[in-house]
Amino acid sequence: MRYEAPTSLDQAVALLAAEPGEARVLAGGTDLLVQMKTDLIEPALLVDIKGIPELQDIREERGGFRIGAAVTGAELKEHAKLKSVWPGVVEAANLIGSTQIQGRASMGGNLCNGSPAADSVPALIAAGAKASIVGLKGRRRDVPVEDVMLAPRKLSLAKGEIVASFLLPAKPARTSDAYLRFIPRTEMDIAVVGCGVCLTLDAKGTCTAARVSLGAVAPRPLLVADAAKALIGSKVDDAALQKLDAAARAACQPIDDKRGTKEYRIKVAGVLARRAAQIALERARKG
Amino acid sequence: MAKHHITATVNGDPVEFLCETEDTLLDCLRDQLGLTGTKEGCATGDCGACSVTVDGRLVCSCLILGVEAKGRSIGTIEGMAQGEDLHPLQRKFLDHAALQCGVCTPGFLVAAKALLERSPNPSETEVRYWLAGNLCRCTGYDKIVRAVLDAAAEMRGA
Repeated sequence: MRYEAPTSLDQAVALLAAEPGEARVLAGGTDLLVQMKTDLIEPALLVDIKGIPELQDIREERGGFRIGAAVTGAELKEHAKLKSVWPGVVEAANLIGSTQIQGRASMGGNLCNGSPAADSVPALIAAGAKASIVGLKGRRRDVPVEDVMLAPRKLSLAKGEIVASFLLPAKPARTSDAYLRFIPRTEMDIAVVGCGVCLTLDAKGTCTAARVSLGAVAPRPLLVADAAKALIGSKVDDAALQKLDAAARAACQPIDDKRGTKEYRIKVAGVLARRAAQIALERARKG
Repeated sequence: MAKHHITATVNGDPVEFLCETEDTLLDCLRDQLGLTGTKEGCATGDCGACSVTVDGRLVCSCLILGVEAKGRSIGTIEGMAQGEDLHPLQRKFLDHAALQCGVCTPGFLVAAKALLERSPNPSETEVRYWLAGNLCRCTGYDKIVRAVLDAAAEMRGA
């Protein structure tokens, strides 16, 4: 197994594109190394992208933020401004694993690992984030995060392409986000259901825009337009929350597994959507 | 393929070692550098027995490749005592009998030290959450948490 640590995106893309065997991007490695150790994958080439500046930066851009795909959960948590502007995104990323895992794990890895239960992904989708993807000859495309993952372990990336960073948009006034997940214990488990909500209020407290995303209830994280419609035009009151609950449940196509049955996941999706919307509402009212 | 030649700093001392791509930092510490205080528990990042710091950041050494350590500053359990003088955390673990079999202990100590460097006066909840990635199958955690809180108080001069 070869190991390369390029210092530019162009070099990284060229290495990945030229490898005839299986090539993997190494960011925090918290999923990748486990998969290698358990012989789930046997890459011929590892491309460590942590030496590439864009991948490691959090910077303000176009009124929002550009977050490097390899930025760790611990670094997100320590970025006071990002945390205050997009609390849901940061709290979602910080739910992944232990303190030790937070020291390595990144949102780029969380997305590209291709798990439908990835915690940071529904939060990024709800926030309207785009993945900035770089391919050969420096070609860059900014893709809504909900369009990156297609199915478990399947991404819409061409050979050689790398998710370099995430773009969080400029946040309108009276807008905020929240992410909740359900697990059977208090810490460190994989989501039975995850839900991200971002909503905008007008001066009178009516919801004028919303995005709702669900994780772990379908082959990939979902952007649920009907759930957003349940909130838009309402004061996010009980009637709207009941509609949100129903729309979230209707979007679910979960599997049965050891973490929860289909019926249970569907029910929990509705409950989490309501609770996440209430947290986002409180936050939006404050700013 | 030729092995990777890695130079790094471990507990303040320059070190060099050779490794294969698939060797973890944990493998390199134990097998190449003879630093066997860092333990392997699960080898999948779940138990925290292999906790070390890399450039001050607490991580599982089983989830980092040896090649990734190039040029980094690594902190292990062997760097905790100063000669014969135990670190306050080590003394308090003994005082509180916060260990039984001892396999998890180096990881707990390294993790607790990283916490107290960031947060000298942590609440019990903060200690429990910070150490949630360190598993102990003997003690039930209470003695460990008390030892960390006691060491924190001593280190603050309280």
